[in-house]
Amino acid sequence: MAPATGVAAVDLHGVHKRFGDVAAVDDVTLSIRPGEVVALLGPNGAGKTSTIDMVLGLSEPTTGAVRVHGMAPRRAVALGLVSAVMQTGGLLKDYTVEETVRLVASLFGSARPVGEVLRRAGIAGIRGRRVGRCSGGEQQRLRFAMALLPDPELLILDEPTTGMDVAGRHDFWSAIRQDADRGRTVIFATHYLEEADAYADRIILIRRGRVVADGTAAQVRALASGRMLRATLPDPDPDHLADLARLAGAESVEIRGATVIVHTHDTDPVARYLLTRTPARDIEITSRNLEDAFLALTADDDSTPDTGQRSAP
Amino acid sequence: MTAVAEPRRLPALGGFSPTFVGLELRRMVRNRRTVIFTLIIPAVLFLLFGTGTANRTQRVGDGNVAGYVLISMAVYGAMLATTAAGAMVSIERAAGWSRQLRLTPLRPVAYIAVKLVVAMTVGAISVAVAYAVGATTGAELPGPVWLESGLLAWGCAFVFAAFGLFMGYLLPSENVMQILGPVLGVLALAGGLFVPVDAMGTVFGTVAKFTPVYGVGEIARYPLTHQGPLAVGVLNLLAWTAVFCAGAVWRFRRDTARV
Repeated sequence: MAPATGVAAVDLHGVHKRFGDVAAVDDVTLSIRPGEVVALLGPNGAGKTSTIDMVLGLSEPTTGAVRVHGMAPRRAVALGLVSAVMQTGGLLKDYTVEETVRLVASLFGSARPVGEVLRRAGIAGIRGRRVGRCSGGEQQRLRFAMALLPDPELLILDEPTTGMDVAGRHDFWSAIRQDADRGRTVIFATHYLEEADAYADRIILIRRGRVVADGTAAQVRALASGRMLRATLPDPDPDHLADLARLAGAESVEIRGATVIVHTHDTDPVARYLLTRTPARDIEITSRNLEDAFLALTADDDSTPDTGQRSAP
Repeated sequence: MTAVAEPRRLPALGGFSPTFVGLELRRMVRNRRTVIFTLIIPAVLFLLFGTGTANRTQRVGDGNVAGYVLISMAVYGAMLATTAAGAMVSIERAAGWSRQLRLTPLRPVAYIAVKLVVAMTVGAISVAVAYAVGATTGAELPGPVWLESGLLAWGCAFVFAAFGLFMGYLLPSENVMQILGPVLGVLALAGGLFVPVDAMGTVFGTVAKFTPVYGVGEIARYPLTHQGPLAVGVLNLLAWTAVFCAGAVWRFRRDTARV
């Protein structure tokens, strides 16, 4: 998985970014290996864009260190080691698609041929079209073409599919995935769970500027997944509750008035027990998915699972 | 991925290149409003106000009044063109293009150099168009004066390239020329391009000498008239160039400091 080159594609160490009293990024330390496809997942305002801006050298951390391929971000950008597809803006509507790419190509010390990046971004067919007449999806693929020009080791995508329709999103991700298959490191910020789930090897979940979970999609899901059983059980017997807690494993049993709520990976024994040994009725079982995990891990109340990241020294 | 297979290079000249200049010029002349403002309006103004019979017969120096008016209109065109080119910075900042360029090796100084070259090129085209129209519709100037006044009108318009850059960084507007167009019109009037300063009366005539267009107009017409306070014109030009360059550098520094 990690080539033994030793130099991380991205290395953040104790990074803080403050805007006045607001901590947009609050003590983030993480390392991304060359070749990884990483999703930065989090709700709006979680600190994803602030983090990306620092990796691209568009802003400086308040404290802490950011290295990209072992060098300062601005230098990595200037050498074309890292490039990015930003969320919106950044295009001039009076240029054609091809002119835009030619212009940016002229700025790099060495760049891939214009025709090649247009083809790889899937916009060779609209090369003569004015940028102002391109759809949101086409403009995004144009930004992708521009990002491919320096043949970067690391490609960063900030909410790349915002405002695209389903088909546009699909085309965009096909292009990205084909490209990532060649071994490029990709970091993308998103608040679409299905994108993180479908395209990332590794998901870093961010909430309020902190990393709250970091692992594969399956690992993140496992942090807060399983099923939820809800039943009406008036005046529960303490013995029954003890049995439920045992059946549910280490996970939670909650009593809310006459309702009992059990979170567990395996609800069948719990249901069987409730129906045969207790007067419980109206049993409802729902499964939790990555979205629930996401909501559970990024919710702003204090009952969310604590992964231990918050208590780091 | 082959991390260090081929050495990565920085661009020559910080990213300044003929390709960049060429594309920027193409984009500028593609904008119909820019073309109308910078190339057509000055020529049309000359045709309307410069080509009357009286203007063609009445002499100024070794040329005619039409020639005198033509030089003023060429100055007007050059200042519109250079300002518009400099002020493109504002549109680019509003569109987020400046931020996009920060994801490339382009050096800010190279970017400014491109803007200035584009501005001076469009300014030269504007002067050339005005002179071509003037030469075929009755303006008379001695041979060398065509060249001298044209070069002076063009070269002195640098002050407005700096003005355009300054305004481009100062005004965060998509339609910056809709603000600057009328401003330039007033400045041209105040500086004696539409009405000679001598004909303005004492108060306005005095005020005129302190406005930024005055110097350019006096200097550009000097090869024809050999009259007027040339030193005042030169001083005026230098002072305003200093002011606008300082302003542009100040805003530019603030802009790049955000990185």
